[in-house]
Amino acid sequence: MLKNAAAATALGLGLAWSGAAIAQETVKIGVILPYSGPFADAANQLQAGIDLYMAKHGDEVAGKKIEIIKRDTGGPAPDVAQRLAQELVVRDGVDILAGFALTPEALGAAPVSQEAQKLMVVMNAATSIVTEQSPYIVRTSVTIPQLNYSFGKWAFDEAGIKQAYTLVSDYGPGHDAEKSFSQGFTEAGGEILGSDRTPVANPDFSAFVQRVRDANPEAVYIFVPGGAQPAAIGKALADRGLAPPETKIFAQGELTHPEALESMGETARGIITTFHYTLERDDPLNKEYVEGYTAANNGRKPDLFSIGGYDGMHLIYEALKATDGDASGDALVEAAKGMAWESPRGPMSIDPETRDVVQTVYIREVQEVDGELQNVIIHEIPEVKDPLHGAN
Amino acid sequence: MVNQIAIVLFDGFAFGMLLFVLSVGLSVTLGLMNFINLAHGAFGMLGGYIAVLTMRQLGLPFLLALPAAFLGAALVSVVFERTLFRRLYKAGELNQVLFTIGVVFVAAAIATYAFGTVQQVIILPSWLRGSVEVFGLRLGVYRIFLIVVALAVTAVLVFGLERTRLGAQIRAAVDNQRVAQGLGLDVERIFAITFALGSGLAGLGGALAIEIVGLDPAFGFHFLVYVLIVVAVGGLGSIAGSFAGAALLGIGDVAGKYFMPEIGSFLIYLLLVAILFVKPLGLFGKR
Amino acid sequence: MSDVTANAPFDAQGWLRRQSRWSPLEVVFWLALLLPFFFFPTYLTLASQIAIAALFAISVDLILGYAGIVTLGHAMFFGLGAYAAGLISVYGWGEPLSGLLLAAAFAGLVGFVVSFMIVRVQHLALIMITLGLGLLTYELANSMSWLTGGTDGLRGIRTWPIFNYFRFDLWGYTAYSYSLAALFVCFLVSRRIVNSSFGLALRGVRENVRRMPAIGSDYRGHLQKIYTISAAIAGLAGALMAQTTNVVALDALSFQRSADVVVMLILGGTGRLYGAIVGAAIFLIARDQLSGVNPQYWYFWIGLLLMVVVLVMPKGILGGLSALASRWSGR
Repeated sequence: MLKNAAAATALGLGLAWSGAAIAQETVKIGVILPYSGPFADAANQLQAGIDLYMAKHGDEVAGKKIEIIKRDTGGPAPDVAQRLAQELVVRDGVDILAGFALTPEALGAAPVSQEAQKLMVVMNAATSIVTEQSPYIVRTSVTIPQLNYSFGKWAFDEAGIKQAYTLVSDYGPGHDAEKSFSQGFTEAGGEILGSDRTPVANPDFSAFVQRVRDANPEAVYIFVPGGAQPAAIGKALADRGLAPPETKIFAQGELTHPEALESMGETARGIITTFHYTLERDDPLNKEYVEGYTAANNGRKPDLFSIGGYDGMHLIYEALKATDGDASGDALVEAAKGMAWESPRGPMSIDPETRDVVQTVYIREVQEVDGELQNVIIHEIPEVKDPLHGAN
Repeated sequence: MVNQIAIVLFDGFAFGMLLFVLSVGLSVTLGLMNFINLAHGAFGMLGGYIAVLTMRQLGLPFLLALPAAFLGAALVSVVFERTLFRRLYKAGELNQVLFTIGVVFVAAAIATYAFGTVQQVIILPSWLRGSVEVFGLRLGVYRIFLIVVALAVTAVLVFGLERTRLGAQIRAAVDNQRVAQGLGLDVERIFAITFALGSGLAGLGGALAIEIVGLDPAFGFHFLVYVLIVVAVGGLGSIAGSFAGAALLGIGDVAGKYFMPEIGSFLIYLLLVAILFVKPLGLFGKR
Repeated sequence: MSDVTANAPFDAQGWLRRQSRWSPLEVVFWLALLLPFFFFPTYLTLASQIAIAALFAISVDLILGYAGIVTLGHAMFFGLGAYAAGLISVYGWGEPLSGLLLAAAFAGLVGFVVSFMIVRVQHLALIMITLGLGLLTYELANSMSWLTGGTDGLRGIRTWPIFNYFRFDLWGYTAYSYSLAALFVCFLVSRRIVNSSFGLALRGVRENVRRMPAIGSDYRGHLQKIYTISAAIAGLAGALMAQTTNVVALDALSFQRSADVVVMLILGGTGRLYGAIVGAAIFLIARDQLSGVNPQYWYFWIGLLLMVVVLVMPKGILGGLSALASRWSGR
């Protein structure tokens, strides 16, 4: 029985590959995302980015028709993500795996991309090590150390802050943020007064914010996941009188995303964040992108997930053009290495060595523009690479 | 130091009061009819969305959105109770669990369809924003408001239960359903009213919670665990129990995170396990 | 269970013997589980995950269906088994069968310790203590990220080929064979347990705890024993997941997983081992198909399915079917 199975496997795989070789007319992209469950919003925004790109550039590239197959993990669920990746490869015969909002799900699917030799475009998952898990992975989003290491340096060198307190969500991305900001900050000469971690499912921040207040730092650095928490922690800070200019508030960009800004209102003024995408960045490409997105999504504005999906599709389209429609993993990943382009977020490229994204990091401050609070870019650090690759 | 303890007590108490409003209804209906309603949080979510709608679409002020959330959730819940839930009173607890989980799934899907997955935002009136100084303590105005609302709800509930005819009937039915029925009380009707009241309070809680914890289609699942913890710790069918349980959990949670942040996330569960192991009926439970 | 109370006083041994005989229907059922190999070879990874979920549901059925212990925290043992199997492999021992047994033993050991607490509480307190312990374990695993990898999950699991020959392939032939074999063996063990005098005593506890000491039954001991066995099987299911996918993350311990397995079990029908298998299969197949059609709103239909099953078949799908069958055969 088992021997037969092994034989059938070998046969089946052979068939699948030859099948893919014959079906040259369409290129299938399997998109794996948590469309339902606690991260559904991220998945939907990312999908909207994919949809917008395809609406703009058509569904034909290099003579091939692009077909999207969506699969829901309901996650975080790495085992489900892996199964879906396997099924997409063996049953649906996809040429490219894409999506991956969450790091564990990307890690789950990585071995499939390696074994089946399929290009895997990570459009969000932001832990450094993701791209190291398979030679076919390319990332078009961001990594957390990329944003925060240089931010920490900037906080000391340019903003003149000597000591800070860190407050991050107690999970992988939060730990990464705490580590990389602190590293950049202390290497430049700053001092971390204290650091706390808030439970991920944390409905109430008042206790942690009070601890920060007791320490009375010059600045506090915050990392929370997008969703309900940014507004909640922003208001808790303001309630305690922790607000700029008396206490500087530094954070990764989720803290001041559009919904959170609306909810926080006046109390958000002066918060300084680091991010790779800025909604209000004055740039024709970005304006066109934001207008198209808003029109297609009921007035909802694009966010970091949307831009990851949008640029991920751009990478796929351009890679297919470069290979003249050859959708094999090796050809596509070669084409992706070193690719550089102008995105609505600004100039970006794919590092040929790590296959990770290289881009400008924007440091923004919440200011009033035409009667509305916005993230205004106050500093740009061009061509930032992830500082952790090769470090461990 | 005294200041810090005072502020932690205040913050914890305010958070506890939010939990109290969200969960007191479930405690009473569970105690009254032994009906395990895991969809209680879904009615909280419903109240939240009603508040968002009334404020955004109708432009009504926050203070009117709260009663609208209460009424809307109460009305919808009584329709559900009369048409569906009443079939399950004799169906055994596992079936009640399965059915009401199904309701939560459906509710979450409908909310996603109608409102999208985005976090809902409400803009509070300016008099509820910011903080005030009282005896050198900085207290959040909205948290004071939460405490006031919860205390008012408690006062109305206690007064209603102790002094009104319906209250006496509810107490009788909770104490001993069979005897109450034997004495000619229409227990089903009492239950329908109680159910509507309880779900309405959940709706009110959902509306109050938006400012503190936000609102999205996962609300019904997200708060289920907290609501169950308050009900179990407080004891079934007891308003005083729910009040004490919610206050204890709120204060315990905030104090734990403040003084021992390393174990902040465990503390609420440790409290739960320890309390129920020593007092399986909860702090105020009778049976 | 009416036949138990009717017959037990007269001929308990005979009843047990009759129960443990294999019916032709059961043989057909197990043979049917081999069909995916031949007819649905592209669904083998799903079949493997269904087998794992079914095994997990059986572990819950042993305590919930047969001993009346309602739990909302059983993912605790599933996750402990998964992490144990994963860690054994990360630290250099990737042999699957021994890893499976070690993981099950570890989960069983923790289950035994926890059982001292479990047998002292009932009703809502019992449910909430299982829930609290499950959430505690989750938070513990999150905070021990140096060991567990935290939210990102455990990295570097490499499961060796089974018998050093059958490597885990992309199609899932090995994974499904392995999971199905484990399910079958654990099913045999569970079947033996519930059709023994020990199983009868457990049902006695479920029906009436107070009377059991009166007839000289050490009900706490019985409960502890079955809880430990159940924890071990749940751990084995978790270990299977870790080995067939080489990934373990915090979701293995999550409340969601604890709740899902109870839903699957009630859906299929409690107190009958096949209910666990059928429930897991229906829930996961429905989920897979619905979410394939509509990734965003599929859970609307799942919710509806649960509600309809409760209203139409209050004893679960298998209970409903067997009621239909006995009406049809004119009993």
